[in-house]
Amino acid sequence: MRTTAALLTAALLAIAARAAAEPGVVIGSKAFTESIVLGEIAAGLARDAGAEVVHERQLGGTRVVWDALVRGEIDLYPDYTGTLEREVLASENVRGREALEAALARRGLRLGPSLGFENTYALGMKEERAAALGIRRISDLRAHPSLRFGFTSEFLDRADCWPSLRGRYALPQRDVRGLEHDLAYRGLESGTLDVVDLYSTDADIRYHGLRVLEDDRRHFPEYDAVLVWRLDLEERAPAVVASLRRLAGAIDAPTMSAMNARVKLDGMSESQVAAAFLAQKLAVAAAAPEEGVVARLVRNTRDHLALVSVSLGAAIVLALPLGILAAKRPRLGAAILGATGVLQTVPSLALLVLMIPLLGIGAPPAIAALLLYSLLPIVRNVHAGLKGIPEPLRESAEALGLPPRARLLRVELPLASPSILAGIKTSAVINVGTATLGALIGAGGYGQPILTGIRLDDMGLLLQGALPAAALALAVQGGFDLLERVVVPRGLRLGREE
Amino acid sequence: MAEAGKAVLELVGISKRFGALPALSGVDLRCVAGETTALLGASGSGKSTLLRIALGLLPPDTGAVWLDGERLEPRNVTMLRRRMGYVIQDGGLFPHLDARENVTLMARHLGLPRAQTAARVRELAALVRLPEAALARHPVQLSGGQRQRVALMRALVLDPALLLLDEPLGALDPLVRAELQEDLRDVFRRLGKTVVLVTHDVAEAAYFADRIVLLRDGAVLQEGAPQDLIEHPLDSYVARFIRAQRAPIGGIGA
Repeated sequence: MRTTAALLTAALLAIAARAAAEPGVVIGSKAFTESIVLGEIAAGLARDAGAEVVHERQLGGTRVVWDALVRGEIDLYPDYTGTLEREVLASENVRGREALEAALARRGLRLGPSLGFENTYALGMKEERAAALGIRRISDLRAHPSLRFGFTSEFLDRADCWPSLRGRYALPQRDVRGLEHDLAYRGLESGTLDVVDLYSTDADIRYHGLRVLEDDRRHFPEYDAVLVWRLDLEERAPAVVASLRRLAGAIDAPTMSAMNARVKLDGMSESQVAAAFLAQKLAVAAAAPEEGVVARLVRNTRDHLALVSVSLGAAIVLALPLGILAAKRPRLGAAILGATGVLQTVPSLALLVLMIPLLGIGAPPAIAALLLYSLLPIVRNVHAGLKGIPEPLRESAEALGLPPRARLLRVELPLASPSILAGIKTSAVINVGTATLGALIGAGGYGQPILTGIRLDDMGLLLQGALPAAALALAVQGGFDLLERVVVPRGLRLGREE
Repeated sequence: MAEAGKAVLELVGISKRFGALPALSGVDLRCVAGETTALLGASGSGKSTLLRIALGLLPPDTGAVWLDGERLEPRNVTMLRRRMGYVIQDGGLFPHLDARENVTLMARHLGLPRAQTAARVRELAALVRLPEAALARHPVQLSGGQRQRVALMRALVLDPALLLLDEPLGALDPLVRAELQEDLRDVFRRLGKTVVLVTHDVAEAAYFADRIVLLRDGAVLQEGAPQDLIEHPLDSYVARFIRAQRAPIGGIGA
């Protein structure tokens, strides 16, 4: 137990040290292609200005990335004026560039120059379907209440999107579901969806042959693409900021749309596309650090193993005493089992996001969430293992005159060891799978290629995460089966074989 | 015959209820040094409960337990248990330890010298007639009779003043049982231990005991030398209990 604690401390220190040792500029991006390309372009410019740059790709939705910026975990990220006005600062009724600049300045943030294009929200349908139904404008949708809508969850929830759009146009449709943007296109292709939300610079509009419905009541505000950075960056790295300002008006809508298409349709990496843009347009030689398949696999494996081993190690250290306490003190036990049970009912994704306000983004919140998630199987099995010891054996140990602590260590825990180990095994296998969600909040691991694979509709990339995750789960299972031979006393294994 | 001797174990006014169910009501028991007492009774008569109270495994509702003149209390119960050896029906051996480890568990916990413990194990194995090879086996690899011999070794390892045996032969088949009965009586005589034996078998009680205490529904019905109970049963229940078991084959549950 002492060595586990030592290992755990070492691992946590290593993570902390890594976080502290990262100098320079940290760039964030949201979880869609355009944001990542813009993040890569900004990264290239910052590197050109001599900074050490880390790009935390596809950190999450607007709120996650915004919070990371406000807390100083990232220094800048690309966003859109409409999003900042209507979503992030919705409660302040900010309208117009000056007002927005002032509102951001109050938070220690700078609204960078317009990049030169707008990416507004829109609704789209398959061209043939729209033509057949005679739908051109959003208001035409009113006449077709049975149409099925599939929107990104952000679009569904944002004040400036579906909630107000539906009111503005008095749309009657009932069948409205939330799903991932790239899956929505597949829904359109397969005919299970009729209408999806779009970004006007989406590469998919042309690719999927979509008709963009006219916003005839001017519902959607302007979504001017901008960079937002922390004011302290201007003092810390003035050269970087000056370099970033070169992007003012540098990207027009067709250029952005083409870059998106090169990533999504031609299978180029965001770094390659960004590097090509920087070279052509701004004469910046961005040596985009390209990573091979093997290097990526190694990095993802390392990150994933770190997430799993640290969270599982901590869970064991915490769950063992909790399980013992639960078995020894029935009333407290009910409370402990209840509490860990409730933790387990929190959807893993929600638990992950709940950790962000407490621990920020990256590995620490993911580890904390995985730890909480791993508790129940271990606590429950420690409790069950101890409770399952036959009364005569428990009494025999007592009657010998062994004091409680010695009974626990010499008799009860060894007798419960098969159950305890089974609990840890269950936790470990669940943990390996759940840890893939860590990529949603920038923790890396096998979830990274899975997320990117979904975004780019790239099955190969998706499998680069899914296959090793499955293999790791199997390996963990096998490893525990071997461990059982070492940990579980021989006498108990003999009993089972007979 | 031992009335004048010193009481090793003394239970005074023991009552115990399980919920609304009375298990023992005002039982007194006095066991004198060197004497073997059989607690005899049908199942549910409270005889095992009395033994568990003597060990402090179960707190009595009223009454007190004295061992060698010391009253059993929470603060000294762990220490006093080391002066009592306890054997239950199927041995209560720990399945994760082999026979030797089972026997030496307490000695190892107390940090007794290894050589001394090893010598003690050899001595006890000879005493209970357990083959040396069986010491390396785990409980599941031992026969029922061997398990009881190991359990007896474990009970004897610290050389306790008192042995408490709860149906130690109850789970054995008749041949093994007869053989072990002889060996056990031999051990008791040789060591001169004070023994309390719980059984529902009249023949077994008569075979081992200097004195039989017959329990019914948690109260002592009659006590005395085996011959007394057989020849002068105090009431019809005692007579029937004893007669039923001396019938044709005998020993098959009362």
